[in-house]
Amino acid sequence: MSLGAELRALSLTEAIEQIRAGRFSAVEYGAAYREAAGRDDLNAYLEVVAVREGEQPDPSAPLAGAPIAIKDIFCTEGVATTAGSRILANYRPPYTATAVQRLLDGGASLLGKLNMDEFAMGSSNENSAFGPVLNPWDRDRVPGGSSGGSAAAVAGGLAPAALGTDTGGSIRQPAALCGLVGLKPTYGAISRYGMIAFASSLDQCGPLTRTVADAALLSSLMEGVDRRDSTAVGIPGGIAIPNRTDLKGLRLGVPRELAGEAEGIEAGVRAQFERALALCEELGAAVAETELPNAPHGISAYYVLAPAEASANLARFDGVRYGLRVADHQSDLTEMYERTRAAGLGPEVKRRIMLGTYALSSGYYDAYYGQAQKVRTKISDDFRAAFADFDLLVTPTSPSVAFKLGARAADPLAMYMSDYCTVPISLAGLPALSLPCGLAAPDDGGPELPVGLQIVAPAFAESRLLDAAHAIEAALGFDCAAVRREIGVEGARNG
Amino acid sequence: MADFEAVIGLEIHVQLATKTKMFCSCELSFGAEPNIHTCPVCLGHPGTLPVSNEQAIRFGIETALALGCEIAPRSIFHRKNYFYPDLSKGYQISQYDIPLGSSGRLGEVRIHRAHLEEDAAKLSHLGESGRIDGSDASLVDFNRGGTPLIEIVTEPDIRDAAIAREWLQLLRSTLRQLGVSDCNMEEGSLRCDANISIRRRGEPELGVKTELKNMNSFRFIERGIEAEIARQIELVEAGGRVDQATMHFDPASGSLTVLRSKEFAHDYRYFPEPDLVPLAPSLELIAEIRAALPELPETRIERYIGELGIPGDAARVLGFDAAAAEFFEAALALGGASPSALSGWVTGELAAALREAGHAGVGDSALSSSGLAALAGLVEAKTINRRTGREILVRLVSQGGDPVAIVEAEGLGSVSDADALSEIVDRALAAQPKAADQVAAGNQKAVGPIVGFVMRETKGRADGPEVTRLIRAKLGLD
Ligand SMILES: [Zn+2]
Repeated sequence: MSLGAELRALSLTEAIEQIRAGRFSAVEYGAAYREAAGRDDLNAYLEVVAVREGEQPDPSAPLAGAPIAIKDIFCTEGVATTAGSRILANYRPPYTATAVQRLLDGGASLLGKLNMDEFAMGSSNENSAFGPVLNPWDRDRVPGGSSGGSAAAVAGGLAPAALGTDTGGSIRQPAALCGLVGLKPTYGAISRYGMIAFASSLDQCGPLTRTVADAALLSSLMEGVDRRDSTAVGIPGGIAIPNRTDLKGLRLGVPRELAGEAEGIEAGVRAQFERALALCEELGAAVAETELPNAPHGISAYYVLAPAEASANLARFDGVRYGLRVADHQSDLTEMYERTRAAGLGPEVKRRIMLGTYALSSGYYDAYYGQAQKVRTKISDDFRAAFADFDLLVTPTSPSVAFKLGARAADPLAMYMSDYCTVPISLAGLPALSLPCGLAAPDDGGPELPVGLQIVAPAFAESRLLDAAHAIEAALGFDCAAVRREIGVEGARNG
Repeated sequence: MADFEAVIGLEIHVQLATKTKMFCSCELSFGAEPNIHTCPVCLGHPGTLPVSNEQAIRFGIETALALGCEIAPRSIFHRKNYFYPDLSKGYQISQYDIPLGSSGRLGEVRIHRAHLEEDAAKLSHLGESGRIDGSDASLVDFNRGGTPLIEIVTEPDIRDAAIAREWLQLLRSTLRQLGVSDCNMEEGSLRCDANISIRRRGEPELGVKTELKNMNSFRFIERGIEAEIARQIELVEAGGRVDQATMHFDPASGSLTVLRSKEFAHDYRYFPEPDLVPLAPSLELIAEIRAALPELPETRIERYIGELGIPGDAARVLGFDAAAAEFFEAALALGGASPSALSGWVTGELAAALREAGHAGVGDSALSSSGLAALAGLVEAKTINRRTGREILVRLVSQGGDPVAIVEAEGLGSVSDADALSEIVDRALAAQPKAADQVAAGNQKAVGPIVGFVMRETKGRADGPEVTRLIRAKLGLD
């Protein structure tokens, strides 16, 4: 086994420990990943970023110079940032996003920018202007979305950890489909400054990693107030690195609308979910059924609210100040707008802009936007009621394992249902984590693929969430086989 | 024409004189090199977020309180969506259903609402059209983009153009004295639109209104409103109908053109701005701001008339001009002259002397408040006459000094020695026998040549009223 492969088989936390112990340097560690990312055949990377001139890894920094890859929705000064869209194909931001800056300040090295669904709109990464991303577990299948590049890069051994964003499930669902840990923190925990907005009241950034400890490490560095984002309040008490190994005294609720009674959950996913519940009980948790009566309306409300906000958020891409402009000297203003946006934006983005514009239109506002806000409030109330009786809630993350490329591309509604279990949590602004809990064969047959367990906590209870996830992770011993195969360390156990 | 009355409401945009912009930390500027006071936030770069300027919110609350508004305990920002190159985000952050302030009153006009928002950038169009359509190219200067604005909307309480102008001057003076804006119409820090309709007198229903946009001087506002009222009356009298439209008044030609008719009215698709937290000023903060408000023109005018007995015109002039009022009060505090005499000096002779000397205000001149107080005292005590006082004032404005010392040194005191003056009047009557006869016969106007003789003899230092009194007494008229 090459040194590079050996280094890439480690989790981020393990690698940092070994750098500190002097077993290898951050430069060697970064070089191993840059070399691997340069050979990316998953289309996960849009750009691999070279080590910056004068960059000096500091082993005493929290991240000790480790390379971290970033979804291309985060602005990085001087480094192309596209949000997966043709309209920003040549855009180089004049500033760096707060979340990214905090990782850099914590000693990270920017490894590269990762492919994604255009403006984070999608659940399969097939909506990228720069081509679909392949799932390293099965290259005929999608990695999930919209943080598909982030998931594929980490699961494919091309990055030790990645940043993603989650609006309705865009971290958790790809993490589930690629066998990774994906954390969406509480809305407001991490600054959104520099994260290209899709739906501002829902967007939240978080890590995709191979272990719970890695997710805790990155989140602990990123959370906090930010004077550039008045909605960023941080997590009171911060995030502790988890070390719990049991679930004694914890009450786990299983909302029947998102689990037992949910339609469309694959048999294999259901079986692995049940197995995880049994394990939680073995670890000392009290597991019982609960209800979220309004959660089934989550998708409908989400597909009014998120497009409504997006229709305004994407209005700035008009060809005037930056990005693509399609016009000639004969064009008037309206023609420039129309041609620029027609050429620059993809079909799913246009669909959502139209949906959102319609939902906000005079005469329709109350029936759509107003009504969806009411549903959102009711869903929040449901969670509040459930958390009166339970410490955490658990559901499957995704109703299915990774699906075939193209399988849902022609059917937007089927695609939207991929986020059935994750969207209600986003609407309530709560923290949730997807933990790989086993493998299952898809309903349409084929090799076994990862299944995600979604754990949901009350607002700002990230430490509780990570502690529980850590205990389950340790007991499950999930083997991220794709990473081993991709790296070429089939014999060794990863993580 | 007498059958109709106009119903006018005003919408005023005022740039707040904060250090930085509404939602980013760029400096405010006017006339700077284009696009230097910009940053990723006010240029609408992807990923940027607005953060409210606390000073602007405070100015907003001050303004709303000064206009007698109720302050909303919790108001939110909305996005007002439309595409235009002067709008970097494709939406303007404004307030919609819950404005910062509502239900106020200034003078005789009720305030409907006062809300905070951000200004758009400045466009200039190259080529002959002067508009974006048909221009060779359009340039955008984002220095102005994101400047804090307060939009003040009145109820339709105004009935004619002159009152609109007068009320707007009261508003400007109020905002200037608050210190929230310099309200300079030429530079666009105060901009006014007017909603205008007409109806037959006695008709309770409002007519269809038109909106007259962006008039950039008080004179143009008055003329523009007058022209639009006349246009509407003419239209209706000819059997036509007023259509809802946005109008532009060209002050050069005096003509009105339609900018936008109703069919092209925007649907702004307002919705709550998710990037900003609600404005929820505490009761303590509101009370603190209210307590710190300076005396505003309306209150000052009332006090000057009611408590000091100053004539209405002078009280209004002082009410609108804080610097003059401050000077007046400082002089008054020194004693020696009555409030109404002093107010007459400040708003009359002093204002004229300053104008003549090219000074913008008394602060630019060499005159001190004690100088004016002493001067007004000398005149009121008849130590010198008003004409001499005026001459000394002109000197004080340019050189300063102590009027008492000047009068003594130059012997400018009135000839008030009764015997001496009496003797001169006797000589005057003897020298002008024809005039003396006419006055004796009841022709008051004929007194001129006699007074003129006395003034010549005394080098203008005789007290006019006293001279007249003596003439009449000597002719046996009293
Ligand atoms: Zn700025």
